[in-house]
Amino acid sequence: MSREILDCRRLLCPMPVIRVQDRIEQLQPGDELEAICTDPGAMNDIPAWCRINGHQVLACEEAGGEYRIAIRVGGGS
Amino acid sequence: MQRKAVALVSGGLDSMLAVRVIQEQGIHVEGINFFTGFCVEGHTHAIRKRDRKKPKRNNALWVAEQLGIKLHIIDIVEEYKEVVFNPKYGYGAHLNPCLDCKIFMVKKAKEWMEAHGFDFIITGEVIGQRPKSQRKDTLPVVQRDSGIGDLLLRPLCAKNLPPTLPEREGWVDRDKLYDFSGRSRKPQIALARRFGIEDFAQPAGGCCFLTDEQYSRKLADLWQARGSRQYEMDDIMLLKVGRHIRPKPHFKLIVAREEGEGNFLQGYRRLYPSLKTVSHGGPLALIDGEPTEEDLALAARIVARYSQGKNAPEVELEYRDTEGNARTLKVAPLPPHELNPEWML
Repeated sequence: MSREILDCRRLLCPMPVIRVQDRIEQLQPGDELEAICTDPGAMNDIPAWCRINGHQVLACEEAGGEYRIAIRVGGGS
Repeated sequence: MQRKAVALVSGGLDSMLAVRVIQEQGIHVEGINFFTGFCVEGHTHAIRKRDRKKPKRNNALWVAEQLGIKLHIIDIVEEYKEVVFNPKYGYGAHLNPCLDCKIFMVKKAKEWMEAHGFDFIITGEVIGQRPKSQRKDTLPVVQRDSGIGDLLLRPLCAKNLPPTLPEREGWVDRDKLYDFSGRSRKPQIALARRFGIEDFAQPAGGCCFLTDEQYSRKLADLWQARGSRQYEMDDIMLLKVGRHIRPKPHFKLIVAREEGEGNFLQGYRRLYPSLKTVSHGGPLALIDGEPTEEDLALAARIVARYSQGKNAPEVELEYRDTEGNARTLKVAPLPPHELNPEWML
């Protein structure tokens, strides 16, 4: 199981979603990924993408103009 | 054996209905959504503060969730440039290469279909719905030029078209497909009601900035000023933001219209020199081009015109280059009658 950070700062949606999607394709079920974004839209779009593609959102937090979305990779990807 | 279809999902109603029609026939459907860089989706909400109170969602993702299908979003920004620069079938009313765009997207979807072991492609196209890409004479062009042939099924207007392979092979029942045509939205809305779909997006010009007159004008101006049809991701993002003012052929100003845009432009100060009023409240402006010292004074007067000091005899601004070196300029704000309307892009 790995845990890593994905820097999506300054990217506008849907680019953060695409980055998460492309990274998750390389990961294994159970691995964890935390996306750091500056576009507030990512707070909706990344969890929506996770729900429809079978990944678990562990946390969504805002601090200092940054949005952190923690994800556990599901088995269905 | 359960057949699998990949659907081009834009986030609008037509592709949503096309998916539902095919799902009803027991086909496994997954969606594919292409990001060209010109997608209207989301950006303006992200950039402009005043839009942030509106519900913010990516319609393609939302549609996929409503339909219970997976959605794959594909970044085609780089490859798409060729479609924008040299559309074989030309542009629509503005810089929208709709037919070439559809061909390109179907071609990419075909590659995805083959790589993932899917059987055919579906789209929400309707004959006569769009003036360039969805005509009786152009629908076959999409099939031919993309190489997909009769593995492309348009469930909403299939009965107006020759049977495709999925119909002939009995993977889908042609009798349960539709015969929509023309620009009327009534059949789609009636079908949506039948499926119990009440909430859906119907963007007027589609979901692409290239169908927008003002946006296309700014893109044409960018190409003219640079002497070539080129753009980078930052260029096409910036065309979505602020007032674009070109007082001289060799430089233009991008002036933030409100705080959200100002914050967004702030992120570009290492790429573009900038002007910001300091004696009064006012917008941040980026300078794109090579202004002379005299031009810079004019630029400062224009920016001052959009500040709270627009009626003051003198306004102080900070000019900052891309290295972060700053200096002060003191100018008289440009009076309204000197702001040439032709400068406004």
